[in-house]
Amino acid sequence: MLRDITLGQYYQTESVIHKLDPRVKLGGTLLYIVSLFFFKNYLGYVVAALFLGIVIKLSRVPFKFMVRGMKSIIMLLMITVVFNLFLTPGTPLISVWKLTITAEGLKLATTMAIRLVLLIIGSSVMTLTTTPNNLTDGMEKMMRPLKIFKVPVHEVAMMMSIALRFIPILLEETDKIMKAQIARGADFESGNLIKRAKALVPLLVPLFISAFRRANDLAMAMEARCYRGGEGRTKMKPLVYKKRDYLGYGFVVIYLVVGIFVGRL
Amino acid sequence: MGIIKAKDLVYEYIRRDEDGNVEGINTAVDHVSLDIKQGQFIAILGHNGSGKSTLAKHMNAILNPTEGTLWVDGMDTNEEKNIWNIRQTAGMVFQNPDNQIIGQVVEEDVGFGPENMGIPTKEIWERVEESLRAVGMYEFRKHSPNKLSGGQKQRISIAGVLAMHPKCIVLDEPTAMLDPSGRKEVIRAVRGLNDVEGITVILITHYMDEIIHADKVFVMDKGKIAMEGTPREIFSQVEKLQELRLDVPQVTLLAHELKKQGVKLPDGILTTKELIAALGI
Repeated sequence: MLRDITLGQYYQTESVIHKLDPRVKLGGTLLYIVSLFFFKNYLGYVVAALFLGIVIKLSRVPFKFMVRGMKSIIMLLMITVVFNLFLTPGTPLISVWKLTITAEGLKLATTMAIRLVLLIIGSSVMTLTTTPNNLTDGMEKMMRPLKIFKVPVHEVAMMMSIALRFIPILLEETDKIMKAQIARGADFESGNLIKRAKALVPLLVPLFISAFRRANDLAMAMEARCYRGGEGRTKMKPLVYKKRDYLGYGFVVIYLVVGIFVGRL
Repeated sequence: MGIIKAKDLVYEYIRRDEDGNVEGINTAVDHVSLDIKQGQFIAILGHNGSGKSTLAKHMNAILNPTEGTLWVDGMDTNEEKNIWNIRQTAGMVFQNPDNQIIGQVVEEDVGFGPENMGIPTKEIWERVEESLRAVGMYEFRKHSPNKLSGGQKQRISIAGVLAMHPKCIVLDEPTAMLDPSGRKEVIRAVRGLNDVEGITVILITHYMDEIIHADKVFVMDKGKIAMEGTPREIFSQVEKLQELRLDVPQVTLLAHELKKQGVKLPDGILTTKELIAALGI
């Protein structure tokens, strides 16, 4: 049952967006998200939606996968909308009992909802078209300047990719331990919250022990293969900008210029 | 001097109590001396706790001897500056296939060693291709290691070591966690490396049938080398092996029992074919 959880949400297909350098996608997404907070009128959001639409079309990922990402934030979205709708002071539009909807509130609620939806879909386009591995690679390279401030960029990236590699293994192990405990009469499913939390102890203890053991083995195996940190290391798949990556950046810049011009009229 | 040479090697695990006082000393390797020549297929045999894994870890400078010296291709493992050259010369494959694969894609994992060594990108790709072909896993290069069988994972680990172009590969019970067909796969790959590429292989195992093809076998017991010789010499001493709690291959045991009953047979029969030939059936 635990094996069904998919990690990351990479959607495998061939497209221009998939082939883009992860740095372009990371940078582009970041700029896109920031841009959403700069618009002063709805026209800006139309531009943003249009831009996103083109990217989704190019990525060849079915639209329903983008919507799937929305499910997890639907509660957050509702709460944001409701709070903004009823709690913004201003000129009242409709008043029912103690609740008042103001014109400002209505405007704010709509803007917030649009922003959130575009933000979530925008970032899921990135995660859907980039493998987690590529993403860590991109982050490592983008954050390289931070090395001056003694930020262990390579180590963090290495940790992230190892974590990604071991998540399915540990999930499988959890499943195994769980079954073993169930076979010996453990009950994970009934009782109140506290009882259930307590029932997890015999699951977590062996899991942690095994994780530490694995970490120890892995460290030894890495050292045996001459791993000694990021110094003097070469890359099998180095990130090199190609023509399409510059075009990608160009596309993002055009969007920003148009968006800010239109959105701040 | 051979590729690996040990002289009076001692390794002690020191057990301490909570205050750090020495509680007891376990001598895992006890005055071991051996000399392994380039290109040989060596098997090191022993039951659990005989010190064979500890000895193997010395060959990759993961452990340093308490006493004595070990040289890998003439380099002393006690010297800090040699450590990376040693690890490059003597690659190591461990027991658990899951805990030694770093990459999320097969080819990336094989490229991990060369990446650490600072090999140029183009050459990494050549080495990855050649190593994956050598172990017969080239068609799986784009796969995720999680979806492969144990035997396949171990072959990837071997390819990962191979890509570092070592002169010698130390395999520490590479088949202990595999099913019989996975074991065969791995052993076939290892023999291929020895035959075709001429790489020195040191196979640590407790499966008797894996050592039949070795040039030389060392049997370890309580940290010492208890027996040493060709597989045939080793297997002709069935009683001594049983004393060391090691199983003899069924055919060898059968031949031994037949001989005891007065059937005329040569010593140390290793395969069914040999027995049939010797019996003249």
